[in-house]
Amino acid sequence: MDLSAINPLILVASLMVAATPILLAAIGELVVEKAGILNLGVEGMMITGAICGFAIAVETGSPFWGFIAAAVGGALLSLVFAFLTQYLLSNQVATGLALTLFGLGLSSLLGQKYMGVKPPSTSKLDIPFLSDIPGIGRVLFQHDPMVYFSIALIAAVWLMLKYSRIGLVLRAVGENHDAAHALGYKVVRIRIGAIAFGGACAGLGGAYLSLIRVPQWTEGMTAGAGWIALAIVVFASWRPWRILMGAYLFGGVTVLQLNLQAAGLAIPVEYLSMSPYLITIIVLVIINRSTQSAPAELGQVFHASH
Amino acid sequence: MDGPLLAVNGVTKAYPGVVANDTVTFTVDPGEVHALLGENGAGKSTLVKMIYGLVRPDSGGMVWKGEAFEPATPHAARKSGVAMVFQHFSLFEALNVAENVALGMENPPPMRQLSARIRDVSEAYGLPLDPDRLVGDLSAGERQRVEIIRCLLQDPKLLIMDEPTSVLTPQEVEILFKTLRKLSAEGTAILYISHKLEEIRSLCTGATILRLGKVVGNCDPREKTARELAELMVGETLHIPSREPGTLGDTLLELTNLSVKSANPFGTSLKDVCLNIRAGEIVGIGGVAGNGQDELLAALSGESIAPAGAVKLQGQEIGMLGPNQRRALGLLAAPEERLGHSAAPDMSLTENAALTGTVREGLSKNGFLDWGKARNFAESIIQGFDVRTPGPDNAARSLSGGNLQKFVIGREVLQRPDVLVVNQPTWGVDASAAAAIRQSLLDLAAKGAAIICISQDLDELMEISDRFAALNEGRLTEPRPAKGLTVDEIGLMMGGAHDMEVSHVEA
Repeated sequence: MDLSAINPLILVASLMVAATPILLAAIGELVVEKAGILNLGVEGMMITGAICGFAIAVETGSPFWGFIAAAVGGALLSLVFAFLTQYLLSNQVATGLALTLFGLGLSSLLGQKYMGVKPPSTSKLDIPFLSDIPGIGRVLFQHDPMVYFSIALIAAVWLMLKYSRIGLVLRAVGENHDAAHALGYKVVRIRIGAIAFGGACAGLGGAYLSLIRVPQWTEGMTAGAGWIALAIVVFASWRPWRILMGAYLFGGVTVLQLNLQAAGLAIPVEYLSMSPYLITIIVLVIINRSTQSAPAELGQVFHASH
Repeated sequence: MDGPLLAVNGVTKAYPGVVANDTVTFTVDPGEVHALLGENGAGKSTLVKMIYGLVRPDSGGMVWKGEAFEPATPHAARKSGVAMVFQHFSLFEALNVAENVALGMENPPPMRQLSARIRDVSEAYGLPLDPDRLVGDLSAGERQRVEIIRCLLQDPKLLIMDEPTSVLTPQEVEILFKTLRKLSAEGTAILYISHKLEEIRSLCTGATILRLGKVVGNCDPREKTARELAELMVGETLHIPSREPGTLGDTLLELTNLSVKSANPFGTSLKDVCLNIRAGEIVGIGGVAGNGQDELLAALSGESIAPAGAVKLQGQEIGMLGPNQRRALGLLAAPEERLGHSAAPDMSLTENAALTGTVREGLSKNGFLDWGKARNFAESIIQGFDVRTPGPDNAARSLSGGNLQKFVIGREVLQRPDVLVVNQPTWGVDASAAAAIRQSLLDLAAKGAAIICISQDLDELMEISDRFAALNEGRLTEPRPAKGLTVDEIGLMMGGAHDMEVSHVEA
């Protein structure tokens, strides 16, 4: 075994890349759940975003338009969920599961002619001065723009929920939809907006996988990332910065265990493979013990009854 | 300003199968405290929802300060100067006071300024509030203050209050009335909905009485007796429950230092509850909502279990037994929430009868239900308790509140309990149904059963109970004979007594 082959700086750089898809999907789902909606279709929206982004990036040659298309694709799929749950009042759990299965099938249909194609590469952002700092400069400040976008999104969602009027109304809707309705807020419209935002974020997360992290198209390539994003939202007790922590922890352990596998650590591969899931959940459960803060109406059907 | 502030002219609103408001006409003057009186289902709530822009009338119109008034949304109504305090609080438990207030305002100032204004206004009206506290941690009385402050910050011309006192102690009611009189003196009109007649007589200067959606009378409530008002509401002579004075038998149920942790994170745990109750006796348990009423019912019914010796039925330790075992021994219970706790909303009355009646009525054999017998049992409840329904195959949800309540109380009474525990037996039930339910409890006690009646309706408790005790933060006061208790004494038992004892010890 040769642990000296593992460079901590490269480890940090690659964990940020590994964590970004989950981070994007999870922050979107956080907004959805804060509005009182449980959308279990994250996996399906992610993989739909992955193929939409991949296809458009290949066709236009521009990763930027690929990401735009991924956000639109994820949002459109989530609007199917929004229509079923908000207008036809269907059960959110069953509809979300159906959305995942539908997204997986739809993506492999759309992606048939893109197997084995190479996407246009995304340029790295080279932040002047900061990236010249020895050591951490290359680690922290020489990534693609999406890594920074995802961190900025966390900050924006945090600010929005904590300080803005629209954030307050969103939390109110998730906390007590009958009271919000009685005060004259448009519960259904606010929720549809949140669901579409969640879909767009999941789509971006999927496209990050297919355009940057992997980068190529394979059927079922999200491989459970959407479910991890859902779990991180719950274990981070619906707080944006904890989502960042949870996602980076998960990404870090994933990268580390791959390195350990490569270094030939004398632990069965199966244990190493399960370690990211176990460690992320254990850590988040421990810091989360004191506060239980699920939105009170999470998953409840709203029907204006007068 | 001349003329009325608000005139409602011939407003009609129909829902499928029921006309909620039928050509309702009345006026409210500036500074007037106007009562809307009526039983449940008389159409009071629909009427105020129209004024607040939540519901649109089918026909008829309203005039506000001489101009046509058709608020399409609550936002529009609030802009005109209408504010409303809801019967079921429209508050958000996980948000703090200032955030809750901001949600009910059209153009809230920045949070820091808003907090300062909340402090100012709340102190000016004698309703102190801390803007940074979470609403989930506030008592019912404090929550209502949040709603009132939210309205007052908008400087309303008309304040609508829907059943505001049902969750308050007598002392809190006094504070509220002082605030309302002050507002009225400043020129704010108040539309006050209640079915507590004594309150209306002391507070209101005009009243409109509704029955089945129609206006049946206008009066000055200060000139009428409570009984006259009640008869105007019901439209018939009221039957007042009566009982034969009976002798008390042996002790049936004994609670000794019963402490139970609440299953609900926002609930109140029971602490060292002690109570003895004898055959033929009715003990009334009062207290402000959320002081352990649900937990006490759960601990008695067997939904939550306690150390075996803490609950004794006829000398037998039953603290560890579950609901069906307690039923078999003769301890029955009817919880507060009709839809979802006492009865399964989407199941038929026959099925609901079988759900609690199987053990004592022998409705099952070798694990199979005897549907014929269950149906007969449901029919006997429907007949014996005058439940208005087409038949036992109807879903529980289809019954009105009063009828379903008669059904769930009747279901337990007909199983001949030795001890019956009821929580809020007449909550949201019209006056005649309430009288029938109280009479059935009195009759049951006269036959030698012991009854524990948990309720927030003090008039009800004074009417039927032999002894009265109050729950306060999960502790039960020493029961005292109900006869001769004054409102002040009751108020102290409900709220102040413990606090006073504590400060006494510290001093």
